[in-house]
Amino acid sequence: MDKPLLNVENLSVSFDTPKGVVEAVRGISFQVGQERLGIVGESGSGKSQTGRAILGLTPGRVEADRIEFDGINLHKAPARTIRAIRGRRISMIMQDPRYSLNPVMTVGWQIAEAYRVHTNATKREAKQHALDMLTTVRIREPEKVYGLYPHQVSGGMGQRIMIAMMLIPGPDLIIADEPTSALDVTVQLQVLAILDDMVRDRGMGLIFISHDLHLVSSFCDRILVMYGGQIMEVLEAGALDQAEHPYTKGLLNCLPDIDRQQGTLPVLRRDDAWMNRKGGAGGDVP
Amino acid sequence: MSQDTANAKTTIEAAGRISRSALPSRLFAITKHGFSILLTFVGLTAITFIIGRVMPADPVLAIVGDRASNEVYEAMRLQLGLDKPLIQQYLIYLSNILQGDFGTSIMTTRPVLDDIIRFFPATLELATIATIFGVFLGIPMGVLAAVNQGRLIDHVIRIIGLFGYSVPIFWLGMVALLIFYAGLGWLPGPGRIAVYYDGIVEARSGIILLDSALQGEWEIFWNALHHLVLPASMLATFALAYIARMTRSFMLDQLNQEYILTARVKGLSEGAVIWRHAFRNVLVQLITIIGLTYASLLEGSVLTETIFAWPGIGQYITTSLFNADMNAVIGGTVVVGICFVGVNVLSDILYRIVDPRSHD
Amino acid sequence: MTDQPTETGLKEWLLSDTPQSVAQARCQRLYLAWLSFSANPIAMLGLAIIVVLVGMAAAAPVLTGGDGTEQALANRLQPPSVAHWFGTDELGRDIYDRIVWGARITLYIVGLVAIIVVPIGLLVGTVAGYVGGWVDIILMRVTDIFLAFPRLILALAFVAVLGPGLENAVLAIALTTWSPFARISRAETLTIRNAEHILAARVQGASTARIIVHHVTPLCLSSVIVRLTLDMAGIILVAAGLGFLGLGAQPPLPEWGAMISTGRQYMLDQWWVATIPGLAILIVSMGFNLLGDGLRDVLDPRSGGTS
Repeated sequence: MDKPLLNVENLSVSFDTPKGVVEAVRGISFQVGQERLGIVGESGSGKSQTGRAILGLTPGRVEADRIEFDGINLHKAPARTIRAIRGRRISMIMQDPRYSLNPVMTVGWQIAEAYRVHTNATKREAKQHALDMLTTVRIREPEKVYGLYPHQVSGGMGQRIMIAMMLIPGPDLIIADEPTSALDVTVQLQVLAILDDMVRDRGMGLIFISHDLHLVSSFCDRILVMYGGQIMEVLEAGALDQAEHPYTKGLLNCLPDIDRQQGTLPVLRRDDAWMNRKGGAGGDVP
Repeated sequence: MSQDTANAKTTIEAAGRISRSALPSRLFAITKHGFSILLTFVGLTAITFIIGRVMPADPVLAIVGDRASNEVYEAMRLQLGLDKPLIQQYLIYLSNILQGDFGTSIMTTRPVLDDIIRFFPATLELATIATIFGVFLGIPMGVLAAVNQGRLIDHVIRIIGLFGYSVPIFWLGMVALLIFYAGLGWLPGPGRIAVYYDGIVEARSGIILLDSALQGEWEIFWNALHHLVLPASMLATFALAYIARMTRSFMLDQLNQEYILTARVKGLSEGAVIWRHAFRNVLVQLITIIGLTYASLLEGSVLTETIFAWPGIGQYITTSLFNADMNAVIGGTVVVGICFVGVNVLSDILYRIVDPRSHD
Repeated sequence: MTDQPTETGLKEWLLSDTPQSVAQARCQRLYLAWLSFSANPIAMLGLAIIVVLVGMAAAAPVLTGGDGTEQALANRLQPPSVAHWFGTDELGRDIYDRIVWGARITLYIVGLVAIIVVPIGLLVGTVAGYVGGWVDIILMRVTDIFLAFPRLILALAFVAVLGPGLENAVLAIALTTWSPFARISRAETLTIRNAEHILAARVQGASTARIIVHHVTPLCLSSVIVRLTLDMAGIILVAAGLGFLGLGAQPPLPEWGAMISTGRQYMLDQWWVATIPGLAILIVSMGFNLLGDGLRDVLDPRSGGTS
């Protein structure tokens, strides 16, 4: 691989709760290049917190040896530097457009704002760019949609608006956190196709966070399997059947298969012993 | 004064409920709304009717007083229609109110409505100034506290807020008079204006600040303004505390929303995230709160007016109360009640205009 | 659990991820609530103030020499001193004594109002929410009318008709306070009326009344308690206001609002007569507000400030 876009070393995120400190992410390391990296895990595995920690947007306590992006250590950088990177260089698509869009502003204005933060564009230019962007994410009648409020658009359209908003400044790396989980099955594929096209056309890096192992394997080049805040295994997307870790195998076995008769679905095996491998199987490509 | 947090929450919830239930047409919504206002008005008059005419052992005596002659007593008995069935009495009472007839005050021997028109501007002046203070100080304080949640500044603002709605305002007014009038002599004592200025300015609106300014009597304007400082500050203490508290709580709610994360991901500065994104949403909710504050200040001025000898509607009601002037008490209560409902209806309409979610 | 829980054993038992019994789960919830409540110094201060108030009211005969109404005209309007911590009033009564005895009146008022208001609010709200239909519409319309009415003015008008006095003041305050409780109970009821356990009870043949009393009401209690605590301060202030206007507790009862009222005419020269009872009202109503805020954060996280 060429020089990676993002290099994460020994990242931990922890939260203080009345029950004591909860470690959401426990010292993971990975790299992302101009590729599609999938992060898979069940809820609570720390996959979302990993994505947010990269942008410095988790409410928890972040510790890391290094979160290096394009030669800048994001973990130690001043707030101003990070703000200049957010949106412009690294962007993030959230799960549910019903909550992730500001309810009292028109969607068009919100897209234009994303453009104007990082450029000196006038309002007119920003609006024109936003309209073009709406066309790019295959929205018909962009002029009409521009003036709508978030509660007036459907989930699928909302998520396309989200994609437009996050891609308009032309970032190098995009983090998609369960971008289709809140959508109807019928529109999931549409939205994925749009995201796929745009990432390909613009040569961006992508971190795709999901609980759906099969979706990720069909969409990404490489997959990190997370459990309990650690990386259990790193897999090439085409080589799912070569998975070695019992947890990954468990995940795969949970899926019903039409060719394989099964009495009952197996319960996912969990083993406390996995939690003690400090550093995990993370690190470089196997 | 005692309208507080949860009341506001319920009102907001009520507003939210209506707007969420996806009404088929706007016309229907307006009709429904108008109907519920009408019902509230009927209920309001029914309650005052019960208080004034049904609960007293002898409502005639309560109105004319025990010094009245037999003829006056009988005339009043017939005028009230006490020989008729209760429901008919209520309808007469209601139609009288609709015609602006609240009866005659024994204390002033004038129609109650005339008295109210004369006393009301003073209360309006006081409550308006206090609300303006409360809005312009309370909102920034609330935002500041929410943004610094858990830090020292948050605790300080919370304590100031707590003080504002825990303190008996009439007591605070007395202490303030003791310090700033009797002690330091910085501000004038009770009253609306110095005695020697009385009656110089022609009462057009009844609001002295406005009248004196319009007639170019700046000396009187300044004098009136000085008199206004203490009583308005007392009411503003409550307004400020309440608005700051609600702003903080709304702001915290909004800052935990996902769209705030979106705004940060975009690379916006903290100022833009807070004021452009979160505060816009807070403002929508605050409209209801500001309306509630204003309405409750119209009412809450009762005790403040007593302390500062402020000739407003509150003082009118309490003095009438001690003179057993039932017509005046009930009339004043109905008018304040109507204002209260009116302000809330207005803020509700404004809320609907501002919040895009309630448009369709 | 057979072994007597030790200090750490108890803590583990309270924090275990897998409670073994309903009782343990309940204790755990209470313990966690207590942990987050006690971590909030402001809320703890509120609790302390209320505990002191209750202690003062309970131990009034021990803490004072008399019942706060003995006059000693030779001693009138004495400034604060060692003999009279807060000075004496215009009839030579010890203000400290009257404050302590006044705590009883304050608690009497808020207690009585709570006893009247909570059952009415719960009944109206749960019935409206659970039965629904016309019953709901009528009950909520009545509630809204009371909610829309200015509270102090309504109380004033009531007392004007009923005549001044402590009981009438309580009644007037109760009449103007019950409506938010009905609204809250109704909102809670609506969220749970179609819950599985309610359906289960209905399938088992439980009557509507039984379901409301045994299954719905308990679930409304926590939000009602939070609201009640926050309302206490408002009740105290309205009561003090009525007392100040001479419409509440009548002399010689040591009601704090009435004490301010009599102290008003001595304000310029004998500041303590009116200032001390005002401070007492301020501290107690602040105490209830602090406690209510803390309780809300713990019991009702939806409307609370902290996530």
